[in-house]
Amino acid sequence: MPPTAEPEITRYTYDVVVIGAGGAGLRAAIAAREQGKRTAVISKSLFGKAHTVMAEGGAAAALGNANADDEWRVHFRDTVRGGKFLNDPRMAELHAREAPERILELEYWGALFDRTGDGRISQRNFGGHEYPRLAHVGDRTGLEMIRTLQQRVVALQQADAAELGDPEARIRVFAETAVTRLITEDEGEGGGGRPGRIVGAFGYRRVDGGFVLFEAPAVILATGGIGKAFRTTSNSWEYTGDGHALALRSGASLINMEFVQFHPTGMVWPPSVKGILVTESVRGDGGVLRNSEGRRFMFDYVPDVFRSQYAESEEEADGWYSDPAGHRRPPELLPRDEVARAINTEVKEGRGSPHGGVFLDVSSRLPAEEIRRRLPSMHHQFKELADVDITAEPMEVGPTCHYVMGGVRVDADTAASDVPGLFAAGEVAGGMHGSNRLGGNSLSDLLVFGRRAGMGAAAYLDGLGGGEIPRRTVDRVAEEAASYALEFLKQGDGENPYTLHTELQETMNDLVGIIRRGPEMERALERLDALGERSRLLSAPGDRVYNPGWHLALALPNMVLVSRAVAAAALERTESRGGHTRDDFPDMSAEWRRVNLEVRADASGRVSLSRRPVADIPAGLLALFGREELAKYLTEEELPEAGAADDAAEEGQS
Amino acid sequence: MSERVFRVWRGSGEGGLAEYRVEANEGEVVLDVLHRLQATQTPDLAVRWNCKAGKCGSCSVEINGHPRLSCMTRMSVFDEDEVVTVTPMRTFPVVRDLVCDVSYNYQKAREIPSFTPDPNKSPGDFRMQQEDVERQQEFRKCIECFLCNNTCHVIRDHEENKEHFSGPRYLMRVAELEMHPEDTADRRLIAQDEFGLGYCNITKCCSDVCPENIHITDNALIPLKERVADRKYDPLVWLGSKIGVRPKDTPPVPNVGSHSDRT
Repeated sequence: MPPTAEPEITRYTYDVVVIGAGGAGLRAAIAAREQGKRTAVISKSLFGKAHTVMAEGGAAAALGNANADDEWRVHFRDTVRGGKFLNDPRMAELHAREAPERILELEYWGALFDRTGDGRISQRNFGGHEYPRLAHVGDRTGLEMIRTLQQRVVALQQADAAELGDPEARIRVFAETAVTRLITEDEGEGGGGRPGRIVGAFGYRRVDGGFVLFEAPAVILATGGIGKAFRTTSNSWEYTGDGHALALRSGASLINMEFVQFHPTGMVWPPSVKGILVTESVRGDGGVLRNSEGRRFMFDYVPDVFRSQYAESEEEADGWYSDPAGHRRPPELLPRDEVARAINTEVKEGRGSPHGGVFLDVSSRLPAEEIRRRLPSMHHQFKELADVDITAEPMEVGPTCHYVMGGVRVDADTAASDVPGLFAAGEVAGGMHGSNRLGGNSLSDLLVFGRRAGMGAAAYLDGLGGGEIPRRTVDRVAEEAASYALEFLKQGDGENPYTLHTELQETMNDLVGIIRRGPEMERALERLDALGERSRLLSAPGDRVYNPGWHLALALPNMVLVSRAVAAAALERTESRGGHTRDDFPDMSAEWRRVNLEVRADASGRVSLSRRPVADIPAGLLALFGREELAKYLTEEELPEAGAADDAAEEGQS
Repeated sequence: MSERVFRVWRGSGEGGLAEYRVEANEGEVVLDVLHRLQATQTPDLAVRWNCKAGKCGSCSVEINGHPRLSCMTRMSVFDEDEVVTVTPMRTFPVVRDLVCDVSYNYQKAREIPSFTPDPNKSPGDFRMQQEDVERQQEFRKCIECFLCNNTCHVIRDHEENKEHFSGPRYLMRVAELEMHPEDTADRRLIAQDEFGLGYCNITKCCSDVCPENIHITDNALIPLKERVADRKYDPLVWLGSKIGVRPKDTPPVPNVGSHSDRT
């Protein structure tokens, strides 16, 4: 164990450092290694425990196995509809095009998805997806994905062991290690205030508190989300916004931070499990939502933009499961933002369940045996944690903070951020999902853009031409970062980090939660300023060996900074769209649709906003939507001329 | 809400049980109470956890002597005045408090020859029926909590066996690969010779502690033993290998010994 006062630092040199070992991080590392780059994967948890294991429903990919009419353009259209036309169109296109290949590749690496009758990968229905599209393994798809990627890393290590005599010659996992600082060159090329290029990363080992320093010209952020800034969340302790904060501090920008997804169905009782996810597959496989009066209330909440695609009666909705071509979809399968708001309203208006949720019932919809087969981990979870047998009685569910659509602004093709050498993929990257992510699009996002980030970083290195790592800068920043980290262990009379964390979660949950109001968010920003001040004076008693209080003290400033980004952007956007609902501005605005809010931070952690135009959807893809539908989202001047759509559609086919 | 007595293992190499009085609420699990101890009494209490939903397999400990996930152990399973004693997994070295060094498991994982598809097939070529993948899917429910390896007496009571025994988790992984319809390797010989399948005397302790209720012994280890027996004693296999028409046994993976400079 390093003594408390010793800032001794272990140094490593790599081509690529991937921060995060979930789906995106592992896929990125595999891609970088396959390009011949020496790659380090840094994981806050043990290898194979990342948050991706909690993903349940599946990975969306237009394989066309369950319905041959499915293809990438339909997936693209669903994604953009779900994101309310705020998606980065290039990202949505690449995602829809490449997801099938990425899924088949996983199968080739040993993943065992559920099968169709003819031996292909089975696909299930999910909210907002026109066809059954989610490749899945029961309701534990994320675990299958993580395990497969983990085992692929091991396979590559075995190949390196055979070829080079060392399994870690080209890819090494640094488990239970956290990065606290990115190191950039002091000034960008030609000066002018542009951020300097990445030259390394600094962090600590959780197990013994020792410091680590990576000299590396490329860093890929794959750190996931920010859910631990909220009280009721489906996210694990790891989701402290590390990557978002590291990116801001190194000069990169974030977009879409106002869009936070509240998953409609989290557990609400008992209190200890409040927020734990109940998979959307329950609804995809026939489960329905009812209020305390027994009414399937979702029929009352179909918004105009989706009216034509959703059933108007229970009869029509129920017919859809067996005959999707002859019926419209049940409204329980609307995109997540719509369902979450509807539940919120039902509860607020006094039609909730005993513990403040609504009822989600699959017991009256499927035979018990079928429920156990299709939803084994939900069955297990409710039985073990809530004494509820979901084959015999309904579940109580309510919204829970689940996913942040916002993240590092990246180039769609290469995942490169504004900072040379800094890349981002997965939840920490922004743009792909627009204002609201469809279920199932996250697992496929991880694979598609994880791989692209790994290849993007490799290509960046190939074009770099031997830029030396500036040792003096690296040493200076590492020393600063080490002494900053050690401060918390010495501040005997500082605040308890757990108390501060609880206050932060209450602030975000209550003032920047599922329904937002201007004055409340102003109050949130004031409170965040105070919390930011207090987060400098935290005290973590004990030594450096596996000290969770110390680890939390180091993560809190990240959560505060990211919360500021969320609150500032949410206050600025005076409309309601997707994962951003303003009580004081309830309508969607075609003018706001053209705008991404971009967040940057200065050295003191102040955030500033600027507006960027959202890229236009190419005409060929715009033609996938009817003019009538487009008119609900776009301004008059953006609408294609009547008649032009058909020509463009033909172009799009080519 | 009621006050409970918790005895929690504290310390690294040398350590002992420390006693705490702590509140517990209706519906809580042991991990909730450990978190309350961190937040209110001892912020540096080392606990490994992630999802708190039984899906990641991080929070394995021994509770009143039983190997369990602390996030899936309801407080209601104890009598009201029962003292709850929480100790780290016994089979692995303690890092600190309730956190163990589980690197043994990652080392064993690395020794198993990986999934080996037919080199003539490409992604998208596989056709597998549901009934042909169902059993392996049961094994892939494994959340790698390592409670089975912690419980198996072959290594729990015999440190010296660790080198030659992969434990139920990784023998099950071998079984899974052997049953994969598209795998072409043959790990039966090394399962016996390198991974210590012969040490297993099917007492089913591993299956008893599995939080995913995987039938490790019945569905993985016994069938693997049968396959190994087929490989060794089937006269047709013996003849086939003599005249060279039988696929070769997959050799051990070379050079996978731990190279990490972990401290």
